[in-house]
Amino acid sequence: MATTTAPTSSHRAEAPHQVKHRPDRNYRRKQRWGWLFVAPFALIFLTFLILPLVYAFRMSLFTSTLATGNRFVGGDNYIKAFSDPIFLQGLGTVAKFALIMIPAQMLVALVAALVLDNLTTWASKFSRLMIFIPYAVPVVIGALMWGFLYSPRFGPASSIFGIFGLAAPEFLAQDNIFGSLVNIVTWQWAGYYMIIIYAALRGIDPGIYEAAVLDGASDRQIALRIKVPMISSSLVMVVIFALIGTLQFFTEPQVLRGVAQGAIPTSYTPNMYAFSLAFSYSQFNYASAISFALGIVVFVFSFFFLFLTRKQSGLK
Amino acid sequence: MKAKFLASAGIVAATAVALTGCSGGSGSGGGGGSEAASCTNTIVNAEAPQVTVWAWYPAFNEVVDQFNNANDDVQICWTNAGQGNDEYTKFSTSIESGSGAPDVIQLESEVLSSFTIRDALVDLTEFGADDVKADYAEGAWEDASSGDAVYAIPVDGGPMGMLYRQDLFDAAGIEVPTTWEEFEAAAKKLKESGDGAVIADFPTNGRAFNQALFAQAGSVPFEYDSANPQEIGIKVNDEGAKKVLEYWDGLVKDGLVATDDAFTADYNTKLVDGSYAVYLAAAWGPGYLQGLSDADPNAVWRAAPLPQWDAASPVQVNWGGSTFAVTEQAKDKELAAKVAMGIFGNEEGMNLGVDKGALFPSYAPVLESEAFADKEYEFFGGQQINKDVFLDAAAGYEGATFSPFQNYAYDQLTVEIYAMVQGEKDASQALDDLQASLEQYATEQGFTIK
Repeated sequence: MATTTAPTSSHRAEAPHQVKHRPDRNYRRKQRWGWLFVAPFALIFLTFLILPLVYAFRMSLFTSTLATGNRFVGGDNYIKAFSDPIFLQGLGTVAKFALIMIPAQMLVALVAALVLDNLTTWASKFSRLMIFIPYAVPVVIGALMWGFLYSPRFGPASSIFGIFGLAAPEFLAQDNIFGSLVNIVTWQWAGYYMIIIYAALRGIDPGIYEAAVLDGASDRQIALRIKVPMISSSLVMVVIFALIGTLQFFTEPQVLRGVAQGAIPTSYTPNMYAFSLAFSYSQFNYASAISFALGIVVFVFSFFFLFLTRKQSGLK
Repeated sequence: MKAKFLASAGIVAATAVALTGCSGGSGSGGGGGSEAASCTNTIVNAEAPQVTVWAWYPAFNEVVDQFNNANDDVQICWTNAGQGNDEYTKFSTSIESGSGAPDVIQLESEVLSSFTIRDALVDLTEFGADDVKADYAEGAWEDASSGDAVYAIPVDGGPMGMLYRQDLFDAAGIEVPTTWEEFEAAAKKLKESGDGAVIADFPTNGRAFNQALFAQAGSVPFEYDSANPQEIGIKVNDEGAKKVLEYWDGLVKDGLVATDDAFTADYNTKLVDGSYAVYLAAAWGPGYLQGLSDADPNAVWRAAPLPQWDAASPVQVNWGGSTFAVTEQAKDKELAAKVAMGIFGNEEGMNLGVDKGALFPSYAPVLESEAFADKEYEFFGGQQINKDVFLDAAAGYEGATFSPFQNYAYDQLTVEIYAMVQGEKDASQALDDLQASLEQYATEQGFTIK
């Protein structure tokens, strides 16, 4: 997300008006207080985000192989990254995930939100909580848990399939690992997106529905023709979240790798590739370049998506 | 991404620094209170200079206490920075950042050259390592040295043997196999008996285990000498490796062995619930097996030597084994070397390691002692497994050479064996591809290939 949001400078937003006038001492003093309030955040922001970014970028311009020393190579690492079949393959994998996983999450979240928006019973509150709970489970714990659920030994699948006299599918085998990961992520995130969409739906003036009912609109027409278009900006935001998250896919495959090393190689996603380059193979320079290359890809994708949906998102 | 990645890098670095907080002031008397707080153990003699140690040995706390009580002039400040790769990740990060490494660190012998090539370890010969050479098993010493240099002091080894379920063997009418040919026959017989067990597991992520099996058939994958660090010989697809991998590929194809990932929860369960009749293990295996909580109380485990390719000229191999190395960041290298040589370099310390931590010692006075040979293991029905199996295996082991990018080599080995098990490649093709990928990697990293 750091790639899409520029540092906001709200404390300066109202300044231009004042600058034209004579410098107001009172205002100046106020401004100093503003800086004081921002300082703790700014300090942390600088030390833990901006400085490491600059440092990592500098590292990505050098190369240091095991057998030779450290030397400046400029953009060579980036050229290497964008022609590295392993990196490109990883990008292909996350692109595939984006194509399948984002629509899946959106569909679950949108349908759940629309249904819950129409319910007015106690069941609505309860269901909302239940759908949201997976999001409250830390990602690592969730992935570990699914690792056990998928396990041929401990998982419930073998007994469930056993009832029908069938052999359970091997969720952790090479052919099935893609679907298994899609399932984990959808389970984990759909509830969160559902809450965002639901909140947007609650913000719509109920008077509009009354008018629609008077005009003879059915429930389905209200949902598809009124509700969905009116919350399109929230939908765009949710897709952006999902897109950035998917391109940076890391935690779930990294955790599942613990039980399925063959099916999930160390370079399964670009993020995992950068991680193993840095920490398993000690190639910090190239790992930085891969990270920045991925950052560029994420930025380009997000930018284009926002550009294409500028009408729906209200950004135009 | 960048933010996330760097944040995690930052956390790792910060943890590493925090963990070694006490290294900053070792030797200086002032401010001892807060420094001592970051050691896992209590410091007996607060006046003495401290040496920071990262290690994950079981029951290590007792060994540290023993050392600290016995030494007035130096104290160990111990931290468990994680096991294996967890620790190496932290160490690697602190090498990169130039600070945060401990004075003395536990490293498996197979990763030593990965760190010597980054100039992270001290050559211990100038601190008298040669003088204690005679105290250690030959193969283990060989693993810890490169050319004339000695980069670590061996602690424990992993000579290999075969742990088997006597009850399952008896039920299927199987004799204990002594050669791999007999092993295959036993596997077939076991399968025909139809009780659902397979003879063993052939893990695609076996890493050092697979490499040890290759070595038994004479495979010498790497030629490397730290005196000439830019040159490396790679031959991972030699005859020995191909012979072994073809053999196991055959067993896999015939459904005679399982192919579960090693050291997962599934694997651990199968290890003890009778799914595998044999656990091809290193000398630390019995301790591992015993530690699995759901061990079947009715299982009858026994130990036997590892099956051989040629019964007439047996070859012993090693899986795992660790050492103590002194890092280049050590404040007082001589003192650190003293600790590295001293912790397990005495009978009292090593005996604690053997009795409490189930270590298989590399320290000769304990290794060669009668008490160790005669030790009876209750888990194996009172069998003297050291005398019967592991001492011979340790004596016959001549050492091995590992590559300076061992982690990468292992990861690629896993990829290739998995492809073979999936039926995408045959054994020979898998090893040829491994050879090609390692050669390419070595060239990219600036090595000259011999």
